[in-house]
Formats: sequence, structure tokens, C-alpha cells
Amino acid sequence: MTVEPAPAESAAERAPLLSVRDLHVTYRTRGRGIPAVRGVDIDLAVGETLGLAGESGCGKTSFAGALLRLLPPGTEVTGEVLLDGEDVLTMKPGRLRAVRWTHAAIVFQGALHSLNPVQRVGSQIAEAIRLHSKGMSRAAVSARVGELLELVGLPARRAGDYPHQLSGGQRQRVLIGLALACDPRLLIADEPTTALDVMVQAQVLRLLDDLQARFGVGIIFITHDLSTLADVCRRLAVMYAGRIVEQGPSHDVFEAPAHPYTRALTGAFPVIGDPAFRMQPAGLPGDPPDPRELPTGCPFHPRCPVAVEVCPSTPVELWPAGADRLAACVHVSGSPVRP
Amino acid sequence: MTDAPLLEVRDIRVEFPARRGVARAVDGVDLEMDSGEILALVGESGSGKTTLARTIMGLQRSKTGGVLIRGERLRYDRRSLREHRRATQMIFQDPTGALNARQTIYEAVAEGVRIQQIPGDEEQLVAEALARAGLRPPESFFTRYPYEISGGQRQRVIIAGAMVLKPSLLVADEPVSSLDASVRGEILALMLRLVRETGVGILVVTHDLGLAWNVADRVAVMYLGRIVERGPTEEMLTAPRHPYTRALLSVVPEIEEVEQQILRGEAPDPVNIPPGCRFHPRCPVVESGEASRLGIEDRCRGEDPLKLPACHAVK
Repeated sequence: MTVEPAPAESAAERAPLLSVRDLHVTYRTRGRGIPAVRGVDIDLAVGETLGLAGESGCGKTSFAGALLRLLPPGTEVTGEVLLDGEDVLTMKPGRLRAVRWTHAAIVFQGALHSLNPVQRVGSQIAEAIRLHSKGMSRAAVSARVGELLELVGLPARRAGDYPHQLSGGQRQRVLIGLALACDPRLLIADEPTTALDVMVQAQVLRLLDDLQARFGVGIIFITHDLSTLADVCRRLAVMYAGRIVEQGPSHDVFEAPAHPYTRALTGAFPVIGDPAFRMQPAGLPGDPPDPRELPTGCPFHPRCPVAVEVCPSTPVELWPAGADRLAACVHVSGSPVRP
Repeated sequence: MTDAPLLEVRDIRVEFPARRGVARAVDGVDLEMDSGEILALVGESGSGKTTLARTIMGLQRSKTGGVLIRGERLRYDRRSLREHRRATQMIFQDPTGALNARQTIYEAVAEGVRIQQIPGDEEQLVAEALARAGLRPPESFFTRYPYEISGGQRQRVIIAGAMVLKPSLLVADEPVSSLDASVRGEILALMLRLVRETGVGILVVTHDLGLAWNVADRVAVMYLGRIVERGPTEEMLTAPRHPYTRALLSVVPEIEEVEQQILRGEAPDPVNIPPGCRFHPRCPVVESGEASRLGIEDRCRGEDPLKLPACHAVK
């Protein structure tokens, strides 16, 4: 995609923490290329929160993995990922190791599987600290572990627990603590609350909110649940078939979606108390497209309730769609092919 | 057919041995539901909602009370269970795990028909069930395998496999929570349509109050093995009376006018059910001092509220 993201005022004033340009991720299987991410541009300022929403197969997890080069070997990644001005995609392995954890860290979904089951959680956090601050005394490391656990709302004594002794929400907190071990400036949270109960989900969201406010950590929050993003993130980007199809200030996007896909996503989570949703579940026909066989033109057109004749043949791009808003749909105000 | 309700649950108690004693997973539950009705059973993990669902299915036995279908008590001999397992079907959260990866879609739906010896032409029954579940044309799915279809289609196959047995009750445990947002509404719409077309009653076990607003006629909220409040969906979700229901509603992301009441800790331990009101250690009414002002704090800590809504602060 060639369109520049809208210059958000606050982002322009401060140096961008992360600047992604024309990112492509292509998996190779049996000589065939499967495009998972097809040209994504994103800017994130220091202390900013960006929500990235999309369904399974839209490329959001590949996008997250590409930011820190965590994708399987053989995966083609092109474009630029500038973290504090330095391109992650061309870094030497030693430099990359240093950047992971200290500059940017990822919290994945499925906390159970990301922790080593036979190692106490405290020593897993200590290991990350020691790797990046060599020469730190034993006592200082253990004090730091306690501090991190308290930070994520667990008593310091839980450092002696094994993962199985903790509940799902507690393990997710440990993972967030682990990600914060080396004071990263960017935290990438990939579905951090998906497997959790509503109440625990609210606790984890509040924790992330708090971290952003207290330490100015930049956060990219990736999820399929658009409703959890509106409150936590200042900006919102919606992905479909490997591309961003809409972005803007999260409340504006949520209140008045410009792209029909975003509209469907917001409609999928009912507003409790609103008669419009009562006994009327809203969904989209069909399924997200297979990246191997993307529809022509706008990839959303086969499922789109407002598709018109030009959609199957028009290569859509992010066009202006109101103040500080972009959307990849022929219907938006800035579309050159508006029907 | 009698006038008795489709399903009656009377004083169900299910316990499991635990390392430090006994886990009282379901601790005295009464419930009723009727044909053509969708009841949402809402609660956090550990609330006992899945154990209750399994007990209704006959997969778990209660120490006391019993399960009644159309006024007839469920018995646990082979013959009764076999009929019960035709008449009550279950749908699980993860359709991929629930399907045999090496079985075609046709086989997946036909298996129940054979086991239950449903009369009629097998191929026709399977085709009708697939079509009714929204998989059209059904023949085009016969020879396909689960990995060849999407997650939403897999859940439709599961639903077809359940509905082909003409059940009177469907128990759906988190039927859409593993599905994509855009597919979720389609599956919920299918559930509403099945209720309208066949009169089946659906018990939906979920932690998702939005789902309840979307499809349920009534809501029952479970906490630590007990139902603490129940009623018609509109009433429950716009004017909840139990502080736990209020807290659950307050953390739904879209309800912004309400101040979030994030309860501390996770659903507590069924091995150590607190004395008095089982919710009191996390209850905002107790914590804020309101219970003390109302002069009911001693009762909250010492007296088990048995009437619904199960709260001493509700008049």
C-alpha cells in the first residue's frame, strides 16, 4: 500500500517509537507463496496505544511476529520496521537479541504454553533480567523479580510458584511481568486476554492501561474482539486479508465505522440494553478469505453488504475518510472511484 | 406430552474429591426451562456452570435431587441414558476438537443416526440436517473433511449432527467463543432459527452477557456452585439486583456509563466455600461499607442467603 498514514498530531510532535513501512510477510510452502501480510504501514509514538483488530487469518499475528523477527525461518519479510529509527529487519543477530526484551517485548496468548512448566516463575523472570543486565547482583535480581510481580498485581512470594500453581489470569500477569523485565519501550500484546474470564480480562486490561499511564510504554494491542480495544487504545486499525482496511481514533472508528467490515465487527458484539441487538444477532455471511485464494479487487467484496459493481475490479487503498481517518472502501469520502 | 416443563433441575449437588478436601462444584441448584426457550447460564470459570450442564446431560450424577425431563426423572440405567442422550444433545466450544479429523462431514452427521437407529433414509436425514444448519447444497459437504471447511462451518456440522437426532433439549457450552467475530452472529442466528422451527429448548452455558442479550429469553447467573439471580433477560441485564450480576455487567467493555466494578481475585475455590453469603469476600456492597450501614454485614458473613436474588442487601 502506498498511502501514507494520516499524520496524527501527537505522533508527529514526538519521535515515532515504531514506524512500519510497506511490511509484507509471505510464507513458503511447497514452493508456493502464501501472503499473510500484504503491505502494512503503522506509526506508534512513545506512550501511545494502538489497537489492531482482525479475525483469524487476517495476518495480525504474522504482523506481530515480523516486528521482532520471530517468524519461522524461510518466511519472507520485506519492508521496514523502524524501532527508535533502527530497522529491525536488517539488524545483526546480536543486536536483535539486545533489542528484544529491552526495546520491545511480546506477550502472546495462551499463557500456559509460554511458560516453562518445570521452572519456578520467579527464576524465569530472573533469567530474562540476567541475560540483559550482566553483573547484576543476585539480591538485586531477586528484588527486581519481586518488584515486577507486585507491579502486575501478584504478591512477590509467588515467585516461588510453578506455572501450574497459578490460575490462568495469574499466568497471564506473570507473562506481562516477564515482558516488562527489561523495561521495554514497546509492548506487543497478542490476544492477551482471549482465554480469560470477563472479570480477569478487565483486570488485565486495567493493568495494561496503568502501565501505559505510569511508564509511558507504547502498546500494540492485537485482538479479534474490537470491543475490548475501544476503551484501552487511543488509535484503532482494522485488518482484513493481510491489509489494514481502516484506521483512526478508536472512539470515532468504534462509534461510526467507515468500512463495512469494521461495521460488521462492531455489530458482532451487541450493546447490552440496546433494543437494536435484542434477539437480532448480527453477522456476516461467509468466512474470512483463504490467503492462497484472495478475491480480486477489494478482498472483502464477496461478503460485503454494500458491494457495488466496481468492487470486484477496483484495487482499494486506504483513502481519507474524515478527520484523521482512513478506510479502504470505494464508498468513503476520499475514494477516487466513489460510486 | 405432558404439561410438565421440558427440563427441571431439582437440588443438584455435585462434588469432586480434591487434594485438600471436597470441591463442591454444584452446591444446590434448582432450574426450570421450557421448549422453544433459550436460557443463558452465565458465570465465570469455576462457577460450576459446565458441571451443571454435564449433570443435565447425564454425564455426571448429583448426590441429591435430580434431573426431570417432561416431568420424568432421569434414570441412569443403560436404556434410559441412551434415550436421554438422543433427546438432549450437547454442543461444545471448540468444533475442531469435537470433530474426528479423519471422518468426512457425512460420516460425522450419520454416526449419531446409526447409533440411535433413527428411522428413515440416512442420506436424506443427513442432507436435511446439513441444509437446516445452513450448509447448502448439503451434498457438496458429504465427502469433505473438517480441515477443508472453516471454523464456522465446522460448528454448523456439529449443530447438524446434534439436530439430526431431533432432540428436545440442546445444551450449548460456549458455542461461539472460539469463532471469529463476523461468524459469531451467524451461528447465533442459526440457534434462534432452530428454536423457532423445531421448538427445541436451548441451554447456553456462557460467560458472555452480550450473547445472552443477543439470543436468550432468560438468564441465570451462577457463582461458586449456586444460582444467585435469575430472570427475564431484559430485566436481568438492564436492572440487575445481585451485586455479582451488577459487577459482571459493569466490566462488559461497551457499557461505559457504568463505573467498572472489577472484583479482586478470580472465581474463588469450590473446596473452600466461604461461610455466610459465598460472595461476601469479593462483594462490593460489603467492601464499600454499605452492608455495614444497612446493618446486614453480620448476616452477609454468617447467613447463607437462600432466596433469589441471593443477597441480603436486596429487599
